[in-house]
Amino acid sequence: MTALGWLQILVFCGLIILLVRPLGGYILRVVEGRRHGLSVVLGPLERLFYRAAGVDPQREQSWHGYALAMLAFNFAGFALLYLILRTQQWLPLNPQALPALSPHLAFNTAISFVTNTNWQSYGGEATMSYLSQMIGLTVQNFVSAATGIALAIALSRGFARRQAQALGNFWADLTRVTLYILLPLCLPYALFLVWQGVPQNLLPYTEATTLEGAKQLIAQGPIASQEAIKMLGTNGGGFLNANSAHPFENPTALSNLAQMLSIFAIGAALTNVFGRMVGDEKQGWALFGAMGILFLAGVAAAYWAETSANPLLQAAGVDANLEGKEVRFGIPASVLFAVITTAASCGAVNAMHDSLMPLAGMVPMINMQLGEVVIGGVGAGLYGMLLFVILAVFIAGLMVGRTPEYLGKKIEAREVKLTVLAILASPLCILGFTSLAGVLDLGLAGLQDRGPHGFSEILYAYTSAAANNGSAFAGLTANSPFYDTTLGIAMLLGRFAIILPMLAIAGSLGAKNTVAPSGGTFPTNNGLFVALLVGVVLIVGGLTFFPALALGPIAEQFALLQGSSY
Amino acid sequence: MTQKSKSLFDRALLAPAAQDALRKLSPAKLARNPVIFITALVAALSTVLFLRDAITSAGGLLFSGQVIAWLWFTVLFANFAEAIAEGRGKAQAAELRKTRTQTLANRLRDGRVEAVNATELRVGDRVRVSAGETIPGDGDVVLGVATVDESAITGESAPVIREAGGDRSAVTGGTRVLSDTIEIRITAASGSSFLDRMISLVEGAARQKTPNEIALNVLLAGMSLIFVLAVATIPGFARYAGGQVSVIVLAALFVTLIPTTIGALLSAIGIAGMNRLVRFNVLALSGRAVEAAGDVDTLLLDKTGTITLGNRQATAFHPLPGVYEHEMVDAAQLSSLSDETPEGRSIVILAKQKHGLRGREMAPLHAKFIPFTAQTRMSGVDVDGQEIRKGAIDAVKDYVKAHPAGHAIPAELDEIAARIAKGGGTPLAVARDGRVLGVVQLKDIVKGGIRERFAELREMGIRTVMITGDNPMTAAAIAAEAGVDDFLAQATPEKKLELIRAEQAKGKLVAMCGDGTNDAPALAQADVGVAMQTGTAAAREAGNMVDLDSDPTKLIEIVGIGKQMLMTRGALTTFSIANDVAKYFAIIPALFIAFYPQLGALNVMGLASPQSAILSAIIFNALIILALIPLALRGVGYRPAPAARLLSRNLAIYGLGGLIVPFIGIKLIDLLVAAAGLA
Repeated sequence: MTALGWLQILVFCGLIILLVRPLGGYILRVVEGRRHGLSVVLGPLERLFYRAAGVDPQREQSWHGYALAMLAFNFAGFALLYLILRTQQWLPLNPQALPALSPHLAFNTAISFVTNTNWQSYGGEATMSYLSQMIGLTVQNFVSAATGIALAIALSRGFARRQAQALGNFWADLTRVTLYILLPLCLPYALFLVWQGVPQNLLPYTEATTLEGAKQLIAQGPIASQEAIKMLGTNGGGFLNANSAHPFENPTALSNLAQMLSIFAIGAALTNVFGRMVGDEKQGWALFGAMGILFLAGVAAAYWAETSANPLLQAAGVDANLEGKEVRFGIPASVLFAVITTAASCGAVNAMHDSLMPLAGMVPMINMQLGEVVIGGVGAGLYGMLLFVILAVFIAGLMVGRTPEYLGKKIEAREVKLTVLAILASPLCILGFTSLAGVLDLGLAGLQDRGPHGFSEILYAYTSAAANNGSAFAGLTANSPFYDTTLGIAMLLGRFAIILPMLAIAGSLGAKNTVAPSGGTFPTNNGLFVALLVGVVLIVGGLTFFPALALGPIAEQFALLQGSSY
Repeated sequence: MTQKSKSLFDRALLAPAAQDALRKLSPAKLARNPVIFITALVAALSTVLFLRDAITSAGGLLFSGQVIAWLWFTVLFANFAEAIAEGRGKAQAAELRKTRTQTLANRLRDGRVEAVNATELRVGDRVRVSAGETIPGDGDVVLGVATVDESAITGESAPVIREAGGDRSAVTGGTRVLSDTIEIRITAASGSSFLDRMISLVEGAARQKTPNEIALNVLLAGMSLIFVLAVATIPGFARYAGGQVSVIVLAALFVTLIPTTIGALLSAIGIAGMNRLVRFNVLALSGRAVEAAGDVDTLLLDKTGTITLGNRQATAFHPLPGVYEHEMVDAAQLSSLSDETPEGRSIVILAKQKHGLRGREMAPLHAKFIPFTAQTRMSGVDVDGQEIRKGAIDAVKDYVKAHPAGHAIPAELDEIAARIAKGGGTPLAVARDGRVLGVVQLKDIVKGGIRERFAELREMGIRTVMITGDNPMTAAAIAAEAGVDDFLAQATPEKKLELIRAEQAKGKLVAMCGDGTNDAPALAQADVGVAMQTGTAAAREAGNMVDLDSDPTKLIEIVGIGKQMLMTRGALTTFSIANDVAKYFAIIPALFIAFYPQLGALNVMGLASPQSAILSAIIFNALIILALIPLALRGVGYRPAPAARLLSRNLAIYGLGGLIVPFIGIKLIDLLVAAAGLA
């Protein structure tokens, strides 16, 4: 570990903290439908959308209505994307004449982008036409992110309102978030990336002759426009197979910093939106604090593990583990990126996680297994963390001698039941499918390595899918009917099996009266609560995976220390 | 308060509880508790596998036999915890039941009296009860007045008056009439009478799970489900790694991970909470009410008897201008010597303390005591031809005006009276032979230490509101002296109800106590309504708790008991979940070391062998239940404090403690297990 490395980490943290309030304030204005600079300009457009769709933005929906609208919208998005991917060979903007995707790959990819996962069982430049990238994938990048944000806002309303039947209007939330937050941020961001050297064109791939006289095909295309929302919407699906490790996606140290910041920006700001909505910004800072502690602990552990001695490399006379890393980023920025991209459920990578030291590679896995609550996916991180808050308040809240409550809402059997249901989805997919893939030949066929490392490859894949992260450990050949299907199911359950109970909780909380706070109320905006929340996330979210982690990265790390590798 | 203290583990309770623990193994009983039910299921399955192995004479039977034994012990200890709690309740119930021998009732029907068994009485029947007879069922006195011995339920030996009409008409089955004859209309059918309900409640038979308990059970079941996933997937993982794990060991891991500790003790905590109330002579008509007591934000307290001593006391003599102080005090004392009211006695005491006037015998003075009547609203004494009177200012003014002596009323009288009222006192004028001598200042005496208790309550976030019939000026003064947060002066039942509704609209939970029929709507509206045993049947039906001692101060204790029960539940839940960390570190290396020897590094406790590690973890898991039974029954240490302080204290003890204790406990057990060569 070096001082310069830590400086990079701290600069990143400082910038994020500075972003939280201003961005949070702006998002709040947008989702509350208040006037702001952009609504003056784009308001007519917004109203045009409503009129065209026959939506009355003032008419609020119950949680059922909100959920149905969200499901219908997502299903339509899935169907459209599937159709595009299956027919891209007949559609325009396909200069490389790429063929249609196989049914299982199209299924997997469509689910992947609709669920904000962006797991890629394919290599972008060799599979997707420009039309598929732009109209298919990028559109889903926008709306899946907007869906996540809208859902988090709906849950926040559940906490903020008293005796209310409605959680807002999904169509209005979706439109406002896309029109006033995502698009306006992505436009200058994409231009910035172009300035840094990211291509934005519709040209066929360039054929170059190398110095050795070999022919090389250099992929390009409308990369910058997809890159911006890929980060800002915590999608993570790369235009190119190498993702943000590729110089055309992430050319410079500056673009790398911007990408890392944009992964966290909205997720971090949403904690502030939540705090403001419930009338106490400190509540938002408490959530942010718990996320921050978990994040820093992850960064410190990964950075330490990545820079600590590797006896095998030392024997070979090498001191730094640079396998799978880009030299323009180096160890600190690679590790930091790996932790950020898995803490938020982004999944873009600028280094191969497969090549990290076992314990450093375990940190991304834990980040995802905790349920993507460390900042998390846009929106998903906030509602995921709030589920843990409900759990923490329920477990420890009794210790102040009152029945559990959070922000004046009594947490009762119904909320507990739904919370448990939501939290169950992720371990079910991760552990169930990993166990299955570990014993079936169909699962073992995709492995590059054996032993604990191969186990980590499987575990990582299902973890990434169920957590809607989408990053890959690399090493696993996932484009097979078995993996495409099971990973697709994991992504579906990992998204909607959490969202539906979560919305039901929002509905049930919104309908409750708010209990007045007093000196006897369980305090949820101080350091003690932050520590408690961190403890519950680690124990409930983390302990479930201890046996699996012991057989994967932990076993590998101890073996490595004894001088053997897999 | 007749608090019967009983040692936590009465020897007489242990043996029946142990038997009960076995009886509770029936699946129907186990099914009430999801975590323990799952544990029993796992133990049963493991037993079947063990028997199969025994028949096929596979190896390792000693080890798996021990593990299975401890799985069963886990279930038995959980049953034992519940049985002990119930046993203590039954002991209390037995004492109550002694009073409920067969009673004969004199039923009035068509003007005739017929003797029937008390159990045959229906609601609406009229019965006649005479001196020496036992009241056959709960009801209202409709005719007559009698003294009744209610010690059977209240433990208070002084008899009480019960009379038709008004607020003292309710009688309870099982109590005894001491004098006179009354007619009673039965209001509760046999079997659902007050005493019956009380007995079944303390026995735990009629105990229903409270809302929070249900929610907690859901959480515990959900966590068990998560651990099902964690454990059930291990065989697949192991097979990938080229190893195998035995089902018995997986069973052990699973049972240690699921929250058996809190699962085992949850119902014991609930029963103990109810019993603690019963020992305070408070009967909660549902467990829900006990939980609500912990949540209370606002306490409505009656001034008299709760905040102030029941009686006003004289604190100063104010002679009018032109009257010697000695003269006035002398008159006041004379008029009070035979006055047995507490106010009268306090005047005598004050005269002695402040002015050295000793008490005098009335007989030699040939004095004639004039008692207080509703007409004169004065009391006094006629002695040596003098006429001394004392009473409310208005009453004495009327007396002076009507007196033939024709003295004028000095203007200072009203001034002094107003000054006293403003200070929260009550003025009492003293006159002799138609001339006002001065004013005795009576004052409500705020109970010692009550101010500190209100401060504690305030720290806990509980607001106290004093309810009084006094005028606002007096009420404000007393409120300030007692340190309550607010007061409701010139309170009427309607005003009380309004206040409760207003507080609830603000999202607050309200507790109050009351006794009269006109309190019933407010009692029903309050989240915790404590009816006084001396109150009317209507009030008792409306409230959700009954205080057998009729002591309104107890509201504060009730809140404490509710909080303590919730805290105990939370503390043991936290402890139980925090325990899992150590158990993982004991069992995971033991489980996988056969095929990944490098995982021995996770054996941070340095446990002797994989078998002893697993056995130690499961033994710890079972024994911790036994070890925590006293805590579950007694409740965690509770002192009123702000939530933040309570939380940090309890988190340190039960959260951090829950992390650390099992590391030590498992290590110690491992040392013993290894030394004894058990594994």
